[in-house]
Amino acid sequence: MIKQWFKSGSPWIWLNAAAVSTCLILVVGLLALITFRGALHFWPSDVAEFIYIEDGLKQTIVGEVVDTSSTTALMARASGHAMADDGDLLVQHLIKIGNRDLTGMDFRWILDRNIQSRQYPDDILVLERREWGNFYGYPVALKQEGKVIAEGPQVFSVVSERLRDALSVYKQIQRLEKKEIGAVNYGLERLRLKQRRLELNEQWDEAAKQLLAAERGEYELQYREYQTELQALYKTINRNSLVVKASDGREVDMPLAKLVRIYRPNTMSVWAKTGHYFEKIAEFLLDDPREANTEGGIFPAIFGTVMMVIIMSVIVTPLGVIAAIYMREYAKQGFTTRLIRIAVNNLAGVPSIVYGVFGLGFFVYILGGNIDQLFFPEAAPAPVFGTPGLLWASITLALLTLPVVIVSTEEGLSRIPKSIREGSLALGATKAETLWRTVLPMASPAMMTGLILAVARAAGEVAPLMLVGVVKLAPSLPLDGNFPFLHLDRKFMHLGFHIYDVGFQSPNVEAARPLVYATSLLLVVVIVGLNLSAVAIRNHLREKYRALEG
Amino acid sequence: MLDLDALTQEKKLKGIDQEEVCIKVQNLNLYYGDQQALYGIDMHIPRQKVTAYIGPSGCGKSTLLRCINRMNDLVDNVRIEGKILLDDEDIYARSVNVAALRRRVGMVFQKPNPFPKSIFENVAYGLRIQGINDRRTLEETVEEALRGAALWDEVKDRLHDNALGMSGGQQQRLVIARAIAIEPEVLLLDEPASALDPISTLKIEELINELKEKYTIVIVTHNMQQAARVSDYTAFLYMGKLIEFDNTSHLFTNPSKKQTEDYITGRYG
Repeated sequence: MIKQWFKSGSPWIWLNAAAVSTCLILVVGLLALITFRGALHFWPSDVAEFIYIEDGLKQTIVGEVVDTSSTTALMARASGHAMADDGDLLVQHLIKIGNRDLTGMDFRWILDRNIQSRQYPDDILVLERREWGNFYGYPVALKQEGKVIAEGPQVFSVVSERLRDALSVYKQIQRLEKKEIGAVNYGLERLRLKQRRLELNEQWDEAAKQLLAAERGEYELQYREYQTELQALYKTINRNSLVVKASDGREVDMPLAKLVRIYRPNTMSVWAKTGHYFEKIAEFLLDDPREANTEGGIFPAIFGTVMMVIIMSVIVTPLGVIAAIYMREYAKQGFTTRLIRIAVNNLAGVPSIVYGVFGLGFFVYILGGNIDQLFFPEAAPAPVFGTPGLLWASITLALLTLPVVIVSTEEGLSRIPKSIREGSLALGATKAETLWRTVLPMASPAMMTGLILAVARAAGEVAPLMLVGVVKLAPSLPLDGNFPFLHLDRKFMHLGFHIYDVGFQSPNVEAARPLVYATSLLLVVVIVGLNLSAVAIRNHLREKYRALEG
Repeated sequence: MLDLDALTQEKKLKGIDQEEVCIKVQNLNLYYGDQQALYGIDMHIPRQKVTAYIGPSGCGKSTLLRCINRMNDLVDNVRIEGKILLDDEDIYARSVNVAALRRRVGMVFQKPNPFPKSIFENVAYGLRIQGINDRRTLEETVEEALRGAALWDEVKDRLHDNALGMSGGQQQRLVIARAIAIEPEVLLLDEPASALDPISTLKIEELINELKEKYTIVIVTHNMQQAARVSDYTAFLYMGKLIEFDNTSHLFTNPSKKQTEDYITGRYG
């Protein structure tokens, strides 16, 4: 019976199906977990007010319940908790209490059995701040230039309106500081370099002096203009301040300039919460990070990742394709070619950190250092290309993904039927013309396949990037409005490194944990997006150059 | 077996010696590595006539054909001795530009091999290679070539469709149109109808008959009836040697060699 069952082959089918199911469950589970954990982070949860008794003292605790854990009495005793005799379980809650500037920590564990009461008062305010994390408290008054203009229940409606104004002013300040004054600083720095270059070339004469002084004067004039504008804006934004009372009764005077958002989660309807949710997601996608990357958005990291992948593709595709063409079409197929092919294939197996070390040692220090000596002597001792940056990171990753492109291009070339080549040659085309007009277009889907694999690998790579250009926080994007617009020498941020940094290098681990999931989800989405666009191009090409049957 | 007397009278062929010679093959030996594939071939291919190569599989007829436009250069380890003269120029001379030679000697292969491009671009390919990109010239030449290949009426409304969407017979005629678009002197056909159905085969044969007005045609075929139908002269090859070369009717009705007779009466091959 059993023997027959084995003979029939169904155990094999079951085994294979089980393997496939396991893979599917793992992939779906992974995506579900990071989606769930990441997506939940932005939902505004209700803020509770606990009356809590600790060591006989009564205190009020205000915060969001983040996590609840149950421990058996046995284990709790073993780890040193005093247990009541009748309890089987020790229930603890992790509360996000915020107010880091007052209490020094913004998360704490409390014991469930010490909670005397739990309430959700309507007037609890959540203030998202630019520094020190969230603040939870009760509104007291709104002040304008020191004078109280609203008190008690009206405070919220007035302050919401005032905050909107303050935020628009803040946006103007940001634009002025980053864009306008940034451009002035950039210009001044270029002038300094120009002067230094002229000095080095011994052309620093009266005429040049006057010319540069005039330009510098212009910049300084501009700068003073912006400065006055900025002062006025600062005056406006600092006019209002909000007085709030923390849970321990302390009153704090909070300038509106320091706030990002004010809301009362306990009064919000599901719709209002949904609106808030999408606002937070938009902020996450489009804003700069705040507070050691644990708050705000991750736009620079998204931008850096995509930028690096694009530059890498631009470098790796022509290089890999040309190498593959030589090896498949022109090189004499023999021992040497086989040796080279083996070497290329093995390159794909070298650990990525080794590429990082090579990139740092060769590209950054040797190549970059020499470029600096030759072309940027005026910047010395500050390095321009002799320091990790976008260009070196892209080149290092291009090197890392080169084997993939070479191998798949070669495979594509070898699949072009001989009859097509002969057809072209018989019409009087040379080998190069045949390659260019017929073979390469037909092999382009294979090149795209190589590029897809390269992109998938490069976008997720972190280890080598830490050595050759990725940083925790980049002051400016590698692409901006200042000539020459694309700054290949700048350091950049990267989603993969961001995950590592937020998750494991952050001073505030509890606050950062959901962000790790959210950023992971986003990294997956970015890679899928990059891949899908490459797949779309490939399918288009494949349709166009559908090969002959057989 | 074949009604060849009628054919003979219809074609009124002279002997090979009286024809104007287009290609001279002189003592041609070809080796694949250590193995010799052609042994001392000597033949004169007449101008603007159809010459057929027949013989059993592996006898070297395709190899010989591919020598005429130097397609064998693409194969590794090939060594060729002897001469092939096209209009009294040695095509294996050092100074010969192979691409230019192939422009004079076009070739059509066993399986239709259109490029994955539009019908128009397929025919225009050879011209574009020569740097002709003028729209008017291209359109005229493409139309002329397609008419020459008896394909114009079938495709004139879909010139910009992908050529891979055509039937096998149409594809083969497209490939012929592609070859004649660059106006070669010689057209080499390597079993052009072997992958086609009978009706398409008939069309190709009719086409060959028309094309010989302008081109010297050399055709390889394993189908003796086809050789008898389309060719003026026939060469029988066996084991890399040229056994007999004569005008077609003579060779089929009155072969002078025993091996030829055995082959055409179906005793082997």
